Amino acid sequence: MFRDAWLIAGKDLRIEMRSRVGLNQIVPFAVTVLVLFAFALDTDQEALRTYAPGLFWVTVLLAALLAIGRSFAVDLADGAADRLLLSGIDPIAVFGGKAAAIAVQLVVLEVLLGAGVLLLFDVTVHRYGLLVCAGLAAAAGVATAGTLYGALVAGLGVRETLLPVLLLPVVAPVLIGATRAFQDAFGVAGAEGWAWLGLLAGFAAIYGVFGALSYGALLEEA
Amino acid sequence: MESAVRLRAAVTLLGRFPALAGVDLDIIPGEIVLLKGPNGAGKTTLLRLCAGLCSLSTGQGWVLGHDLNSERRMVRRRVALLGHRTGLYDDLTVTENVSFWARAAGADSTDVDEAMERLSLTGRLADTRVARLSAGQRRRASIASLVVRRPELWLLDEPHAGLDQQTRDTVDTLVRGAAAAGATVVLATHELERIAVLEPRVVSVAGGVVRGDNPTDSQSPNSPPDAEDDRRVS
Repeated sequence: MFRDAWLIAGKDLRIEMRSRVGLNQIVPFAVTVLVLFAFALDTDQEALRTYAPGLFWVTVLLAALLAIGRSFAVDLADGAADRLLLSGIDPIAVFGGKAAAIAVQLVVLEVLLGAGVLLLFDVTVHRYGLLVCAGLAAAAGVATAGTLYGALVAGLGVRETLLPVLLLPVVAPVLIGATRAFQDAFGVAGAEGWAWLGLLAGFAAIYGVFGALSYGALLEEA
Repeated sequence: MESAVRLRAAVTLLGRFPALAGVDLDIIPGEIVLLKGPNGAGKTTLLRLCAGLCSLSTGQGWVLGHDLNSERRMVRRRVALLGHRTGLYDDLTVTENVSFWARAAGADSTDVDEAMERLSLTGRLADTRVARLSAGQRRRASIASLVVRRPELWLLDEPHAGLDQQTRDTVDTLVRGAAAAGATVVLATHELERIAVLEPRVVSVAGGVVRGDNPTDSQSPNSPPDAEDDRRVS
């Protein structure tokens, strides 16, 4: 099963590297959102620093919607989704592989946007360990929930508009937890960062298990 | 002998529309079966049902001994479906695509090389991204990615569409070779004269049901469905 999950993840990542959609479209979109936030608040540097964690994670979630939609679009484009069903690969491996590929893309996006936040919002990092762990756990949570809901809407003609409506409320706990953890890591609020990290890890674990168990049924309906 | 395909009063609804409205059909292993009928007759749905991609709304069905109601995953592993779409990834090369589907099926690199050779996907073509291929080349790459699976049941929907004469001959050779190796081949095509040389059993489909089945009249697959026996096959 791990071999198949690795196969799926490798395929998805290779397609993304080859197509450069992430680099040429998703990253510029995310940077633009971040810059717009900076323009909107730049008269108040203190507000920028205070709200930097929340603005960062809202931007990551918006960009994640594009990455998740793209992950399923490449399978649907010329019938590869049917081939995946016919391949006999365990749906759990398909889920794991797709979620892993999305998570890797989100981590790369977080690193690039994190540099942007440090540059534009004038924040400093006080707890690097918490920052890295929260970033990884949030990426895992968004990727697992996103893969699940991406499959849910994959077969629908309105998937591009339906995915945000369904997914954003579900990942609200990630937004809250990751924002609180980053506030602690940036030293802009007295949040219990490590406790919020627990919430992020729990969210990722729940959606990881739930997604793995239900993915086969979702693929059948897609 | 166990049937390769056995359907009994098979009904498949697409939404509320009965794409298959009660099909009874038996196909024995090693047969080449031609599904003929007008557009919208239900041929594609019948092929997808046999591949385990469509579900039975009512009725019963078995493919390669597996129940279509409860063992569709087992069916899928043993069949190959060449549909209207290629099942390939535009941003991967031909070799990467064929290798991916080969590894997904548990095949090795020798199978990949052999399949690419058979479909003349060698040289620069092998390292070309699928997005840059012509329609015919894409079709060949799609067929190669199915050949590596070594399926026991081939389901081919318009297999000659978009191919040049040379590749059409290659497809015919592939069909003959698969049947000679013991695989069952079910194909739907409007190019009936071309298929006649394969001496298939001809099954006429119209309105979501089998209208006629003529295992002996293999030399005249051009006769219209209405001229066939207006009976369901059991």
